[in-house]
Amino acid sequence: MSYYPNTDHDRAEMLKTIGVPNVEALFADVPAQVRFPKLNLPGPLSELETLRELMELANVNAHAQERPLFLGAGAYNHFSPSIVNHLILRGEFLTAYTPYQPEISQGTLQVIYEYQSMICALTGMEVANASHYDGATSMAEAVVMAYHHFREKRRKIILSPAIHPQYRAVVRTYMQGAGVNIVGDDQSQDVAALVKLVDSDTAILIVQSPNFFGQVENLAGVAEQVHAHGALLCVVVDPISLGLLKPPGQFGADIVVGEGQSLGLPLSYGGPYLGFFATRKEYVRKMAGRLVGEAYDKNGQRGFVLTLATREQHIKREKATSNICTNQGLMAIAATVYLSTLGKSGLRQVAELCWHKSHFAAQQIAGVPGFTVDMTKPFFQEFVVKCPRPVNEINRRLLDEWGIIGGYDLGADYPHLKRHMLVCVTEMNNRDEIEMLVEALGEITK
Amino acid sequence: MNFPADLKYTKSDEWVRVEGNNATAGISDYAQSQLSDIVYVEFPGIGAAHPQGEAWGSVESVKAASDVNMPLSGTVTAVNDDLKNTPEVVNGDPYGQGWMIKFTVSHPQELSGLLDAAAYQKYCEERAH
Repeated sequence: MSYYPNTDHDRAEMLKTIGVPNVEALFADVPAQVRFPKLNLPGPLSELETLRELMELANVNAHAQERPLFLGAGAYNHFSPSIVNHLILRGEFLTAYTPYQPEISQGTLQVIYEYQSMICALTGMEVANASHYDGATSMAEAVVMAYHHFREKRRKIILSPAIHPQYRAVVRTYMQGAGVNIVGDDQSQDVAALVKLVDSDTAILIVQSPNFFGQVENLAGVAEQVHAHGALLCVVVDPISLGLLKPPGQFGADIVVGEGQSLGLPLSYGGPYLGFFATRKEYVRKMAGRLVGEAYDKNGQRGFVLTLATREQHIKREKATSNICTNQGLMAIAATVYLSTLGKSGLRQVAELCWHKSHFAAQQIAGVPGFTVDMTKPFFQEFVVKCPRPVNEINRRLLDEWGIIGGYDLGADYPHLKRHMLVCVTEMNNRDEIEMLVEALGEITK
Repeated sequence: MNFPADLKYTKSDEWVRVEGNNATAGISDYAQSQLSDIVYVEFPGIGAAHPQGEAWGSVESVKAASDVNMPLSGTVTAVNDDLKNTPEVVNGDPYGQGWMIKFTVSHPQELSGLLDAAAYQKYCEERAH
């Protein structure tokens, strides 16, 4: 489709038609003193000067591509094969808008359908939507779905304290004014204790595995106990971990959500990210978000469309159960390219590398005087380290003296975990980096 | 447009047939024609109790989703399971095979507040434009 801007002649004709002498006259209702205010901005720069200035600003950052990084906590440094960018930067994907007109959007619709199918395969669930903004949004939408599934009659939402703190905060933001009780995460308690809180007023129990501390939770029997009270179980999961671990669908989860940034998306200072959401077919009509379905045209040829549109706000209007009317199209395509490129065996390889490297690092750090590593539960790619000094002090010295980006300060979110660092090791950390981290920790705390 | 004389109707387009303490309800011919092709009915659980006017569930077509309300206060005793596989029956036979729920009536005096076939037909004609 071509785009032709207005010519001066077009503008003159339009102005003549409406009887206005010039464009400035259209702003006559704006008081003169604020119509074209003097802004205290520097003058314009050329492209060359602008580029130089932006590069100077960017160079102040210490980033994952030039420093060893051991920071995770919800956003991960994984390898993105060059084919991901190569495909998503194609104009057809990069600039395609929402595929409301299936007749001209089959490319976009098919890729999103493949994305949905892959999410189902990964999580062991029956249906997935076209994605949400990020993992936190997906989890909040799971709460919304449960709330409406029980027609607002069940008011108890149970959250594990080991779920990402920001995800729990987003749930509270979403459910403001809904009159629900969000419980479970006010104290340190494990999954077994949380399950005991489930009763006939419970809409949903949410756990994360691997949890925020990197630990793999034991989900055996949890779904059965939750279902015994008629409530729903949602599991928040790291998609890379599914290359190695049994998917939540096989544990009987009703909803599986998580952050898809690990699937070939860059860290990008926090976004754009990718929230995935998968559930059982019986709940599909309460599921928020876009949904691509397979259909047939009048000639019997297969095609794809946005389907079950009656869920969405533009049709249900004030009766809609969610405000979501969008997805992260380009990020979902990136994740699809990533998963297609790696395949089952590739994803398993990445997961195994993360597992082995993090366990190697944990063992080495445990040997540094003053440091203890929590090995009480199995972990995937992150583990908790108790440090002899404040975490921010250690991180400052790691960065300034060794050029290493250290782990996450858990004391910020969990008052009883001051001086505890969450260390993340992925396939991107090589042996040299890990050994340098271990040496640095020893030197800093001598 | 069909308005069986032996039924009572609500202004939200539900019909009800009362036999003693038991009632059967669904949506009217007018409702199904406004909704067009019905693809799904969201049923209440057996034993669910609702006051008159409260939504017991909803009906979904290709272009709209609409709450369906209790025409009278009561407790649900049965739902039309056939509609789970063939929801389109509601379009073809809204008063017969397209019945949606059966319930026990808790406040029979509410019946007098409903519209009879003639009043409901007049109401539908006035709304049409």
